[in-house]
Amino acid sequence: MKRTLLCIILCLAGMIASSQNATLTRNTVPSVDIKDIKGNPFNTKEISNDGKPFIISFWATWCKPCINELTTIADLYDDWQEETGVVIYAVSIDDARSSNQVGPFISGKGWTYKILLDPNGDFKRAMNVNLIPQTFVVDGNGVIVWQHTSYAQGNELELIDVVRKVKAGQPIDTK
Amino acid sequence: MKHGSSFTTRFLAVFILLPLLSAGQSFLDYSQISGNFEADAAYYLTDSKLGITQTTLDGRYFRAQGFADLTYSLKNFSAGMRFEAYLPPLLGYDMQYQGLGVPYWWAKYKNDLIEVTAGNFYEQFGNGMAFRTYQDWTLGFDNSLRGLRVKVNPWGGVTFTGVLGVQRNYWIPWTNNNRGIVKGIDADFYLNDLIKSMSASKWQLSFGGNFVSDYQKGKEKDLPIDTLLYKLSMPENVACYSGRINLTYSGFNLYSEYAYKINDPSAMNGWIYHPGSGLLIGASYSRQNLGITAKTKWLDNMSYKSDRTVTSNQLDINFLPPVTVEHTYFLPSMYPYATQPNGEVGFSGQVMYTIPRKTKLGGKYGMSIAVNFAQVNSIRKTQISDTIPLNKPGTLGYKTSFFSVGDVVYFQDANVEITKKFSKSLKGIFTYYHLAYNKDVIEGHGKQYGTVYSNIGVADITYFINPTYTLRGELQGLWTRQDNGNWLAGLLEFTISPKWFFSVSDQWNFGNPDKSQQIHYYNVNVAFVYNTTRISLAYGRQRAGIICVGGVCRYVPQSTGFTLTVTSSF
Repeated sequence: MKRTLLCIILCLAGMIASSQNATLTRNTVPSVDIKDIKGNPFNTKEISNDGKPFIISFWATWCKPCINELTTIADLYDDWQEETGVVIYAVSIDDARSSNQVGPFISGKGWTYKILLDPNGDFKRAMNVNLIPQTFVVDGNGVIVWQHTSYAQGNELELIDVVRKVKAGQPIDTK
Repeated sequence: MKHGSSFTTRFLAVFILLPLLSAGQSFLDYSQISGNFEADAAYYLTDSKLGITQTTLDGRYFRAQGFADLTYSLKNFSAGMRFEAYLPPLLGYDMQYQGLGVPYWWAKYKNDLIEVTAGNFYEQFGNGMAFRTYQDWTLGFDNSLRGLRVKVNPWGGVTFTGVLGVQRNYWIPWTNNNRGIVKGIDADFYLNDLIKSMSASKWQLSFGGNFVSDYQKGKEKDLPIDTLLYKLSMPENVACYSGRINLTYSGFNLYSEYAYKINDPSAMNGWIYHPGSGLLIGASYSRQNLGITAKTKWLDNMSYKSDRTVTSNQLDINFLPPVTVEHTYFLPSMYPYATQPNGEVGFSGQVMYTIPRKTKLGGKYGMSIAVNFAQVNSIRKTQISDTIPLNKPGTLGYKTSFFSVGDVVYFQDANVEITKKFSKSLKGIFTYYHLAYNKDVIEGHGKQYGTVYSNIGVADITYFINPTYTLRGELQGLWTRQDNGNWLAGLLEFTISPKWFFSVSDQWNFGNPDKSQQIHYYNVNVAFVYNTTRISLAYGRQRAGIICVGGVCRYVPQSTGFTLTVTSSF
């Protein structure tokens, strides 16, 4: 029994190790049934941006760094869109307590992101998000090419830099 | 090794390894692996000021806990597991977590028509008033159902979900019906997808309903009432059902859910036969720069657990979302609201507005204002007859009328938040809170403390030194004549984007009537982030308090020491 478990762990570790590069660049956005901003059904396969890169950002109305990040980007969003055509999907993990407040919240903040609701964390789990904010850059083929957790003022510069590189088809240098 | 793990490992061997070995080339092309993990370690120190000694620490200075989540997917198939270890759990987590194993494993097949999950799963029907399983690591909460889930989408806009299983209860295996078997079915309709002519309508309507049942073995329960031992007959099957609606027209939204539960005598409600019911209504309006919400909730005897003898945060089948807002700053989070499932009625309203930039009031950068008010009261309960006292076990307990409002205020919160950017390099968030916190009811003390009224102010100022260096400071004050008296708190945080976070903070109970308890709860924290990996080291004192997520709370005792947290995902 213990041997079986050990074998599984070793096999998985081996797979992860051997396919590290491939896996890291190949994972796509999983198909999960969540809700749109109005509380109606939405499948995450529908997240796309006409072949251009897009950003998925996990946040919640109670998460201060998340709001900081999205507020900072809101000031730059028009310029970013003009330059790269990038679209931001801001996925709120607010539960039933506050998920119905998300719509008024983003209107009140004047944000223009595409908003999705993940009230029971199904998409969060499928994307392996542990701490929020966590931000993903996805290329035009739906492949997750970069992700980052936490937010410090200035991270948005790195984020748009990654988007620019993805759009230009350049390798992402994650130093 | 825990019971069931041999099945777990065999299951994993078959479902994860087999496809890998057999699929060969297509495995290389299509399989994806992802995961995340966290490790929390603490080294606790004795602290005479806090009364922490070798004895109170039970000689266990070093505590660590962690998990690793792995997900494998191959086209429509996916499988995953979470390994957890608590050796022993950190202070404030339930000691029943001590141990290690794989409490969560699953395999799933999903296409456009059907989704089948075997193993553990998290699911929520509507707002969760009849059924919700979820996990929250910070809260130490996990009520996942282990069994089977089937979802069917026969037509666009229609989803049927069926669930069957037993809930996780720390590491206690399910044997001999030691807790209930939970079954549920839910139907969800989204008319705009279902009816073609409505697809472009400004009106959007979805509605749904569900039926949940918990089977717990045991037709009788021995209970001493008034010095006599009674045999109470127990409903072995406890049903709970709910209906919901969600209506949107342009910027307006209205949603509601009503739930009803049949009689369910339990340790939670004091063994009474009163049926449960609950209603949730929310309305909102949004347009660019403006958001308004109003909510109300009425709950009567709605605790629903798969073990009727349990009173702690475990084995909850449903979720009762609070109407109050969750606060995250140090001092306002000192008095959080916890849902009172035996009866409460709440109202809340919120207005958010951003004064546009380049206006007289908004200034160059605009200004955001949020005003929020919430109040929660008891519901009115009267005796069922002159001779039977209120809440007498084995009776109906009490009478109440639908949406009755009682006299006892459980909680009140009025707050105003202003967010203002002064210049390119200076930004501030200023918040004022007035809280009334019925400590006796919320913390379950009987009649000891009464209500704590507090006024709290928070100033949160950020200064951008350059595009990557940022300095942020918080100054907070809490004034109250009750409980532990006044507090002051401060925080300084310096960040170097994207990798470094440094902070020092202190919470000082300068107004404690007992001079020896005027304690400084200081903290120093360094965190390093590399893409999705975060390593954080802290040293300091943790104030005793209550950590709440979604109205579900746990108590954390005070402590002093070092904590190390490592998280990563891939």
